[in-house]
Amino acid sequence: MNRINKKLNEDKKLLSIYFTAGYPSIDDTVGIIQDLEKSGVDMIEIGLPFSDPLADGPTIQESSTAALKNGMTTEKLFDQIKDIRDTVSIPLIIMGYFNPVLQYGVEAFCKKCEDIGIDGLILPDLPADVYDEHYKAIFEKHGLINVFLITPQTSDERIQYIDSISNGFIYMVSSASTTGAKSGFGDEQANYFKRIDAMKLKNPQIVGFGISNNETFTQATTHAKGAIIGSAFIKHVTNNGTDKIDDFIKTILN
Amino acid sequence: MSYNINEKGYYGEFGGAFIPEMLYPNVEELRQNYLKIMAEPSFQEEFNQLLKDYVGRPSPLYYAKRLSEKYNTKVYLKREDLNHTGAHKVNNTIGQILMAKRLGKNRIIAETGAGQHGVATATVCALMGIDCVVYMGEIDIARQAPNVARMKMLGAEVRPALSGSRTLKDATNEAIRDWINNPVDTHYIIGSAIGPHPYPDMVTRFQSIISEEIKWQLLEKEGREAPDYVVACIGGGSNAAGTYYHFLDNEDVGIIAVEAAGKGIHSGESAATSVLGKEGIIHGCKTLLMQTNDGQITEPYSISAGLDYPGVGPLHSHLYKSGRGEFYSATDDEAMTAGLELAQLEGIIPAIETSHALAIFEYKTFKPEDIVVISLSGRGDKDLQNYIDYFKL
Repeated sequence: MNRINKKLNEDKKLLSIYFTAGYPSIDDTVGIIQDLEKSGVDMIEIGLPFSDPLADGPTIQESSTAALKNGMTTEKLFDQIKDIRDTVSIPLIIMGYFNPVLQYGVEAFCKKCEDIGIDGLILPDLPADVYDEHYKAIFEKHGLINVFLITPQTSDERIQYIDSISNGFIYMVSSASTTGAKSGFGDEQANYFKRIDAMKLKNPQIVGFGISNNETFTQATTHAKGAIIGSAFIKHVTNNGTDKIDDFIKTILN
Repeated sequence: MSYNINEKGYYGEFGGAFIPEMLYPNVEELRQNYLKIMAEPSFQEEFNQLLKDYVGRPSPLYYAKRLSEKYNTKVYLKREDLNHTGAHKVNNTIGQILMAKRLGKNRIIAETGAGQHGVATATVCALMGIDCVVYMGEIDIARQAPNVARMKMLGAEVRPALSGSRTLKDATNEAIRDWINNPVDTHYIIGSAIGPHPYPDMVTRFQSIISEEIKWQLLEKEGREAPDYVVACIGGGSNAAGTYYHFLDNEDVGIIAVEAAGKGIHSGESAATSVLGKEGIIHGCKTLLMQTNDGQITEPYSISAGLDYPGVGPLHSHLYKSGRGEFYSATDDEAMTAGLELAQLEGIIPAIETSHALAIFEYKTFKPEDIVVISLSGRGDKDLQNYIDYFKL
């Protein structure tokens, strides 16, 4: 069984952390993954930086620009994490935009992920129908889980469709926004989380966007399986460096 | 082979809608409605009325006698430079503002490079009394001050794009991010034949008035609807798409595109996407674009702010790949020289974008009996400072 599915079967609320590979320094990737696992995180999204991250707010944009300037490339990332499974067992997802994957070659990219022990991909600008028609078979052949996003504006019909082609979890974007744009949840989000929960989808939902502390983590996971933190973690690393990751995770989980 | 869009939103292998889910409802709403709305008689009536009374269409098809003599062929200029706001851009913004109204939107966003599309958008928003936010790269704001002032005077808010290289590509990113954050009340008026489906097709259809007029105007002047060649400059490619549209499937008409070679195709400072680009995804569409081997989008260069986009619209990628279109690229120097030549032979100062199309005579010799229609996409007032600096006027 894929490590993601195994983790989703555990009887607990999950914390997933996103970080940008190659930031703050080019060689931080492996250390960050190891420290996140040690600090009790359940899943990690390794951000493959892109020059034009359309769905991201300033924090992730700036970390991506810095990572590219530091020399991060797809090949470099694969090289850095090629032996990662010798030291960690946490589920690992690569999150990025579709063009770098397309240039690497979708099949070659998926094969490389399988060889390394990557469990899944999140590519926000690879549309569900294109995935379904052209790439689903390739992803599945290499044992990869592809994760789709839904938003408060996504229709029930489309959510059902996305659920039908998903085989891990659904990434529930908390509000109509780019990453890091809003913090805190109101009634609107609470109602949305409840509405999706009531749909009883076959895939569990993990909430992302707008989660930055214990309060928002608790709100998000009341009606969902877990939550993802990205921008707030990157801000922490920017301000405190990479040797106090444990401190940040403690503030979320306690 | 068809050169038009298919029902899935592709021109051959190019096009589609590679967008994050956050944009899906907006783009899908547009996709489901745009053809229906455009076909409504009341829409057609309002669109045509505004093009006539407000934009000043039809734009003349002018026989350029001295230019024709110099190059020993028959050259007609399609005078989009005479449109209100000075370029072809307004054909699209008129169409899209009417579309936005019918979709019940009350806020408009747009991206702009040199400011021409921004001005055309701010203009139609003033006309309709709709709020308008234009994203413009911080660097472009500094170098296009008169257009920034025009937009402000027209009541638009100009927001600097501070990310990335702070030019057109980044202004487009910021506009898309704004749309993600404002999914319900806002319509995004994209300024070129780029972006996710249905944008390239919608923009092309609004610009197709150019080739529609060429057909009847040429019939009046030459007794035939189809020229031997249509020529246009290409950045994203909206004036070109409109100029080619009604001739796409008539293979007797040669389609010629002129890109910006900047300081030379292989100088590292160029926007010649058909030569330097590879298939990839930019701003929601699969097309040819300039990128690193690793798939990072690179920054183009041209003396013309309207042509320095790292991709071309998917229609043009298809025309290039299929061989239907002939693609050339003119350097800064060739374009500036061609612009000066038009001023002195015909008394018309063209936009520097347009000057690239006029540089076609550097690359191609036409027969004396050929009828060559060149899209004179914009006027050169906005570029005067560039011309002054370049020619030490």
